Amino acid sequence: MKRTFTRREFLKTSLAGAGLTIAAVMTPAGLRLLSAAELEQSPSFQPNVYLRIAPDDSITVVVNKSEMGQGVTTSLPMIIADELEADWKHVRIEFAPAGEKYKDPVWGMQSTGGSTSIRHMHDTLRKSGAAAREMLIIAGSEALKAPLRECAAVNGVVRHMKTGKGFSYGKLVFEASRLPVPQNPTLKKEGQFKYIGKAMPRLDMLEKSTGKTAFGIDTFVPGMLYATVARPTQYGAEPASFDQAAAGKVKGVKTVVKIPRGIAVCAESIDAAWKGKAALSAVWRNPAMAGMGTGTIEKDLIARMSEQGVVAKSQGDVKTALASAAKKVESRYLLPYLSHATMEPMNCTASVTPERCDVWVPTQNQGGVQALAAKITGLKPEQVFVQTTYLGGGFGRRFEQDFVEEAVSISKAAGRPVKLIWTREEDMQNDFYRPANYTRIEAGLDDKGNVTAWSHKIVCPSIFARVFPSMMKNGIDNAAVEGVTDLEYEVPNLLAEYVRIDLPVPVGFWRSVGASHNGFIIESFVDELAAAAGKDPLAFRLGLLQKHPRAKRVLETAAAKAGWGKKPKNGQALGIAYHLSFGTYVAEVAEVSVDKGSGRIKVHKVTCAVDCGSVINPDTVVAQMEGGIIMGLSAALKEKMEFADGGVKTTNFGDYDLLRMSETPEIEVHIVTSKDPLGGIGEPGVPPAAPAVANAVFAATGARLWSLPMTPDAVKAAMK
Amino acid sequence: MITLDINGKNYQVDVGPEVPLLWVIREHLKLTGTKFGCGIGACGSCTVHIDGKAARSCQTAAGSVAGKKITTIEGLAENHPVIRAWIKEQVPQCGYCQSGQIMQAAALLAENAQPSESAIVSAMDGNLCRCGTYPRIKLAIRTAAKEGKRS
Repeated sequence: MKRTFTRREFLKTSLAGAGLTIAAVMTPAGLRLLSAAELEQSPSFQPNVYLRIAPDDSITVVVNKSEMGQGVTTSLPMIIADELEADWKHVRIEFAPAGEKYKDPVWGMQSTGGSTSIRHMHDTLRKSGAAAREMLIIAGSEALKAPLRECAAVNGVVRHMKTGKGFSYGKLVFEASRLPVPQNPTLKKEGQFKYIGKAMPRLDMLEKSTGKTAFGIDTFVPGMLYATVARPTQYGAEPASFDQAAAGKVKGVKTVVKIPRGIAVCAESIDAAWKGKAALSAVWRNPAMAGMGTGTIEKDLIARMSEQGVVAKSQGDVKTALASAAKKVESRYLLPYLSHATMEPMNCTASVTPERCDVWVPTQNQGGVQALAAKITGLKPEQVFVQTTYLGGGFGRRFEQDFVEEAVSISKAAGRPVKLIWTREEDMQNDFYRPANYTRIEAGLDDKGNVTAWSHKIVCPSIFARVFPSMMKNGIDNAAVEGVTDLEYEVPNLLAEYVRIDLPVPVGFWRSVGASHNGFIIESFVDELAAAAGKDPLAFRLGLLQKHPRAKRVLETAAAKAGWGKKPKNGQALGIAYHLSFGTYVAEVAEVSVDKGSGRIKVHKVTCAVDCGSVINPDTVVAQMEGGIIMGLSAALKEKMEFADGGVKTTNFGDYDLLRMSETPEIEVHIVTSKDPLGGIGEPGVPPAAPAVANAVFAATGARLWSLPMTPDAVKAAMK
Repeated sequence: MITLDINGKNYQVDVGPEVPLLWVIREHLKLTGTKFGCGIGACGSCTVHIDGKAARSCQTAAGSVAGKKITTIEGLAENHPVIRAWIKEQVPQCGYCQSGQIMQAAALLAENAQPSESAIVSAMDGNLCRCGTYPRIKLAIRTAAKEGKRS
């Protein structure tokens, strides 16, 4: 088992001459690079990334971001290794523990999300690698007794270029670690990159292809018990009764404890814990909204549309422009709650003692875990040790800490280390869902088919009101309105309104967040406007994006590669959509056919063009587009949470199936290179997938789908 | 006590015969490459081989496989053509479902060395991947099959 590596141990190993250490720290004056010796004397600085080179030439990059499949454990080391002139085969990684010094330098918190890992860490890592390289070259020139200007770092060796003699980095670490750390090392120029921009094989592939990767669920701690929690089946309910004695009689059950979120059963094995939970026969009372179900939720969303919303954006005069429009188009869209359904169900292992708390957890939010565990245990944050494991999927779900709260509370109450494992049913029924959404758009066209007005009103539960209430501005949740308030389509009169609806169903960040609905809604609606204007959907979009060359370029590229404008194969049709999210432009063209009898949509191919500015690992960009498209298609075609009797009705993959191989189209990804700033890559592939399919279904059948998922029944109904 | 033959080794485990094989493998024997995904046989994360055939270990009672040959991901050689193909095509993202995918693919290729497109899809359709690695899984199976043909 990996163990948390403390700063003191880290300093001890490096100060003992075991390696060259560079710490990148944020100070009030900006980023500074410190050697281990300096770091020891400057404990108030906040290092966020470490680089360690050992005498055996191994290079360890301590990664302060969570690996959930998006490839940060390869792309972040690539950045540092490139500037370091490292030999890739010596590069390995360690996950950073939770701590002040590992905070994201842009966010000021230690967490992973918003497709920001590379964007936020890039400059720091470049500088850290370059500083280490310069120190190694100085150490090397001294060791080689050669003039500095005749020495260079090449693939992990400092060489005297005239004689060809050299020392590997490992041989130079002792000398190098005594040198002052250059504060402004010379960075490589474009064209000098060795790893950046190349499709580097991922460092975690062998482990992940042989079952050796340790996820959270694979944690074992000496003396641990298995824990499971009985929770109310209805939102807000509290325990009325439970049979503690019966649970205690189950073979292997050690203890039953009440925690704020329910009743926990701890046992010697997970199967015994589950048997114990069943024996509790827990009964609940006082639910928040006993009659709530999918139908009432949808009715509520629709009813709230008539309420006055908060104005999130107002440009020009929409009312007048609508009144004088030659043609008006109005549409309403209804989107469901969605589950994250990470393949690894929520889990957490915790060990609470009076002196310390250890947490082993697949988390996107180390800082939050540390703070919460400190609060529950009454310990200081520095007494809480968070070991991040690999994440069996994240998608925003693992930013939350409900499972951490449970494990820490249980361990504290039970006085033993516990491994909490949620079943799939618990995972599906206790999620923070992608919010449901009801939106109405009214637009006006003039007699030439130009869009003169766009009035957009969103009814949607708020994520930020719970997660980051301080970021609510004027009562507006940016996650509900993003993509609309910054609409790129050039519309002279634009109004965006937001009606916040509070329901018992908790909502959270789901891959691509607000773009997951607003991308679908905007891109479906633009398609409707194109049809109303009698124009080609691609040409219509390009006409509205005169000032947005990057948007035009991805649209044109995806369209050209997909054969837009050519006669499609018999019975098939193309649909196009684009969306800008997380700083990245993505356009997708879906090629679909619809079985008129059953209403079944077959997506044959998705052609994608992505512009994420400069590219670190192109193969990761492709993989994230493929994955984003598939998750987007899964939501488009299949996913919907169902609620009944004041709680969640959906249980498992049997009634919440994900896209499977047989439903997955051929996917072709084209990277449109640009010199623009780095964009995110984990999320932006998702938003265009659903509208591209809906628009293709319209092209194929003339039927418009205003709600998701586009199930065969829904398609059949729309075709009538 | 149940005796299980896993990866050619005999293990004595003190569990009830009804306990799913998955939990015996993972939590009792700490062979954690086999994953828990759904517990109802709907996702394939827990796939192992029983007498050479792919099986969902969450749906297999430990008592029912005493005396049978059980293979988990830990029992595949690192140079197994499927594992090599997985690395070549850079299949995994989060990696959680991949042990199950690999075991499913290895069982397919053992039975049908040159599977058609539809044979691949029908063999793999029970294995979910939330990261969406299906295109690469398909590619890797073809790569492994090609390599099998060459050797």
